[in-house]
Amino acid sequence: MADVAVRLTQLTKRFGGDATGRRVAKFVDGATPGDSILAVDHIDLEVRDREFFSLLGPSGCGKTTTLRMIGGFEQPTSGRIELAGEDVTWLPPYQRNVNTVFQNYALFPHLTVFENVAFGLRRRKVADGEVRTRVTEMLALVELPGYERRKPGQLSGGQAQRVALARALVNKPAVLLLDEPLGALDLKLRKQMQVELKRIQQEVGITFIYVTHDQEEAMTMSDRIAVMSRGRYEQLGDPEVLYEHPKTRFVAGFLGVSNLLPATRAGSVNGYAGFRLGSGTAVRVPLTLLEGRAAGYAVGVRPEKIRLFEPKDEVPAGLNQAPGVISDASYLGVSTQYIVTLADGHRVTVYEQNVQRATKAELWASGEQVVLAWAPEHCFVVEDGGATDTASIETPSPEPVVA
Amino acid sequence: MTIFRHRPGLVPLLLLVPGIAWLAVFYVYPAFQMFLSSFWSGSLERGFSFSLANWTTYGAALDRYKEQFLRSILYATAATILTFLVSYPLAWTIAFKAGRWKNVLVFLVIAPFFTSFLLRTVSWKILLGDDGIALGPLKQLGLLPDEFRVLATPIAVVFGITYNFLPFMTLPIYVSLEKIDVRLVEAARDLYAGPWRRSGAIFGGVLGGIVAAVLAWIFELPVVPLAAVGALAGAMIAGLLISEAFVRVTLPLSMPGVFAGSLLVVIPAIGDYVNATLLGTTSTTMIGNVIQSRYLVSNDYPTAAALSFIMMAGILLAVAAYARALGTENLTAGRGL
Ligand SMILES: Nc1ncnc2c1ncn2[C@@H]1O[C@H](COP(=O)(O)OP(=O)(O)O)[C@@H](O)[C@H]1O
Ligand SMILES: [Mg+2]
Repeated sequence: MADVAVRLTQLTKRFGGDATGRRVAKFVDGATPGDSILAVDHIDLEVRDREFFSLLGPSGCGKTTTLRMIGGFEQPTSGRIELAGEDVTWLPPYQRNVNTVFQNYALFPHLTVFENVAFGLRRRKVADGEVRTRVTEMLALVELPGYERRKPGQLSGGQAQRVALARALVNKPAVLLLDEPLGALDLKLRKQMQVELKRIQQEVGITFIYVTHDQEEAMTMSDRIAVMSRGRYEQLGDPEVLYEHPKTRFVAGFLGVSNLLPATRAGSVNGYAGFRLGSGTAVRVPLTLLEGRAAGYAVGVRPEKIRLFEPKDEVPAGLNQAPGVISDASYLGVSTQYIVTLADGHRVTVYEQNVQRATKAELWASGEQVVLAWAPEHCFVVEDGGATDTASIETPSPEPVVA
Repeated sequence: MTIFRHRPGLVPLLLLVPGIAWLAVFYVYPAFQMFLSSFWSGSLERGFSFSLANWTTYGAALDRYKEQFLRSILYATAATILTFLVSYPLAWTIAFKAGRWKNVLVFLVIAPFFTSFLLRTVSWKILLGDDGIALGPLKQLGLLPDEFRVLATPIAVVFGITYNFLPFMTLPIYVSLEKIDVRLVEAARDLYAGPWRRSGAIFGGVLGGIVAAVLAWIFELPVVPLAAVGALAGAMIAGLLISEAFVRVTLPLSMPGVFAGSLLVVIPAIGDYVNATLLGTTSTTMIGNVIQSRYLVSNDYPTAAALSFIMMAGILLAVAAYARALGTENLTAGRGL
């Protein structure tokens, strides 16, 4: 399979499991000597050639460790790493056709921008003339022409970031590893760099494996995302699939805001599964959405998919409905965020575009009775049994979870 | 305190006052007195008189003691090379590999300072004695000839200096290594910096040969065989142990520490007389011994003062040249900028 750039097979990293690890584990906060930390837990993963692949997850879930094993900086406890079909599990970093953009850039402070970018080429004994052309080209690609003679200390964060990118890309690696490369930049610059990173990735046609804890960042740039939690990934897929149809409570909570309502199965009618919510309300969900989920369900729906009606209004047929009371309204400009309390006390978040209702008088007010309505197709179903899942999210379960 | 608000430049000046006052009273004034006394003539009994015409003292002193000057420079150079060879691997290990033993090891490096300088040197005398615990057993086993000695040779003097000044080299190098982000080394490895192998073996061989030859020459040992041993050792170390990441990243970033350390060793080593007195003989006399005896034994203040100023001027010039050669930018701003 030539179109697989990176394949991880049962890749595992346990810190503290071996003699070196035990020594290291002693320096980790909260670990008692002898403790071992399972940082990466039997991951199987295929990253396709030329795709922008993201590892997304909260801090400490094992993203960096996974990336460092692919780069060769960390040796796996067990498992296998293949690059373009070749087993590289035990090769040192300088023998892997992979380059890394480090979290804090790790530019060489004693070398000029030019020599930083030229570093890899010089180590590979590329001729001087070619070094000059390739470095100049690369600095043009990252929009830093004319910065050759500066030292890293004379660069802004954004510029340093670009140099780090150029320094890695100039070697034309098969795979580029990026560990939260935008983490140190301010919001505006980060947005700008996201667009630019995607442009550069498409221009050079290199596989990117991108590590981030920022769901928006991952969604903006990635072709596919693996959402990680505790050393494993919970779901892997296109950003839309992850957002529209998260499989687990954790994924639903980590990507965007979601409302999760515990539900019990109540029969099926022509292609739809019936569910009964805690408040007694019956809702319908396409049967296909239950595929691959074990019993013990919660039905979820994204806040922007819900529409609000007055109790006297005629709700269009076929929609799921649930009565509730507005308990909070926050005007956000482009939309208004409502918190609606259902009969059983569950709180549901709703976003309403400020189109039909825009002025203070027109908006819903606290205490008003409303009916929530949403299409069955806009639901998603997650497994709701796993204590592990709920524990991964800090917010109590009925609350909408904000990532 | 409006005065500070309006003239912020005043604060740093005020902070300099204690240091400047201290130096003015305890350094500039005595140095000036000393400078004047180098133009004296006469003796303690008949009294001294000042005359600018006495600048000839300088020429005479330099001429008469050039052998001791040269010896001081050679011994100090040898001691600096040796402290570097011992300190760098030590500092590197403490900085990168010692883990939680770091602080203990740093403490151990400075632990000898808890004993007086004199006492430590005297104990070397006991250690290195012709039938002391180092050589005695070897001689009894017939591994060394009976007349073999270390004490009262240049080796003893230089090794004494090396030992006494070791922490002055180790600590600055340790500090500059400690500051290096290990991710820089990882980045270098990521960018194809592997083992140093062939060019390392060549470079290490040449450097090892030269260093060993210089040391052998200073120690009055056979130069050629030792140069060969040095070349072999250098080639093996650089070819097998040293990585390109170290050469391209760690070493350049630690140069400020190497520079500071070598100055802290070489300057006092040139003027040292304790090691030469306790561990050497009259044929290992250094310039410090001459100044000490001119001043305190012969009461020949003008010559002692002239010798001191020649030494000072020489060191200043050498340091300036050294800084030039290494590049001041490299020294003052090891972290870039
Ligand atoms: N060198 C190490 N020694 C011991 N534990 C480590 C080491 N590096 C990471 N860990 C642990 O492994 C887990 C995963 O860490 P990491 O991969 O850095 O997570 P992330 O990048 O997702 O924040 C954490 O619990 C962390 O404490
Ligand atoms: Mg990380």
